[in-house]
Amino acid sequence: MKRKYADLHVCLDLENDEHVACMIRKTSELGYQLMAIPLPQNLSEEKIRTLQDVCREYKIDFASRVDLRPRTSNELIKSLRKLRRKFEIIAVMCESRHIARQAAKDRRVDLLSFPGHDRRRGFFDKAEAELASNALGCLEIDLKPLLTQGGRERIRLLSSLRREVATAVDFHVPVIVSSGASNELLLRKPREAAALTSLFDLDEVSALEAISKNPMAIVKRNREKLSPKFVAPGIRLIRRGKDC
Amino acid sequence: MSAVWDAVLRLYGEYGASRVGLALIDYDAAKKLVILRTSHATVGMVRAALASITKVHDRPVAVHVLAVSGTIRALSKKMTRKYA
Repeated sequence: MKRKYADLHVCLDLENDEHVACMIRKTSELGYQLMAIPLPQNLSEEKIRTLQDVCREYKIDFASRVDLRPRTSNELIKSLRKLRRKFEIIAVMCESRHIARQAAKDRRVDLLSFPGHDRRRGFFDKAEAELASNALGCLEIDLKPLLTQGGRERIRLLSSLRREVATAVDFHVPVIVSSGASNELLLRKPREAAALTSLFDLDEVSALEAISKNPMAIVKRNREKLSPKFVAPGIRLIRRGKDC
Repeated sequence: MSAVWDAVLRLYGEYGASRVGLALIDYDAAKKLVILRTSHATVGMVRAALASITKVHDRPVAVHVLAVSGTIRALSKKMTRKYA
């Protein structure tokens, strides 16, 4: 069966319709079947519907995503309570160890993201990976810093990524590779994204899963949960009526 | 071609660059198409190096691999099938 590829982090300037259409078209042209766009928390339903329409026009599936940057654990819990049922994907930008730990143990968090410049601080360690593994969290790696940085910065980034990926693999934490692109020149084809992951020692099969099976599984799981027919994991409403 | 060599050198160093056996076969400026030859064992390395190119002569660019094949004949067939 042909693989379906997903890019869970395409950053769009939602005020600029031309940019939105251009990025969606390019993502579709490059061979992705699903894209997730980080949206502001208070974005109107109408705007989301417009984005869905544009994606449909370019034959690509759209998933809503919200990026949380909480300062405290309480702020994170509050945001999750408020937003979990509104968005298909919830990513937490872990800017401190405290937040990283809370995000890793919360089952409502889908993606753990670590800002490029903070990666050296090593928030994604064994303890973090163990928590994430128990809570179905995934480690998200953006390719944008890998493309935009150079020299010593990139060397340090690759070294941190190599360590994080090895920890994730040891603890069976799924890895998600996304573009994090904010312009079309930073978008890469799925095979190219997979090739870039070899720089931090992710083998080819895992690399392809990181852009196909793993992101698709998150979206599928969350769509099922957000569906009105969902009762509990593995249980869903088939039919409603007196004769059931 | 220097941009490709630079990218390979940046990512894999001189040792890595010596393994890829990179050569320019054809370049069509009008269609913006390049055919490169490399050792089949290092296709992944060249793919990663090409994907890492973001600028050529300070102009932002993106390089994409359209097809990979063992022979030029098979490559032309593949390209015709895909993009004709």
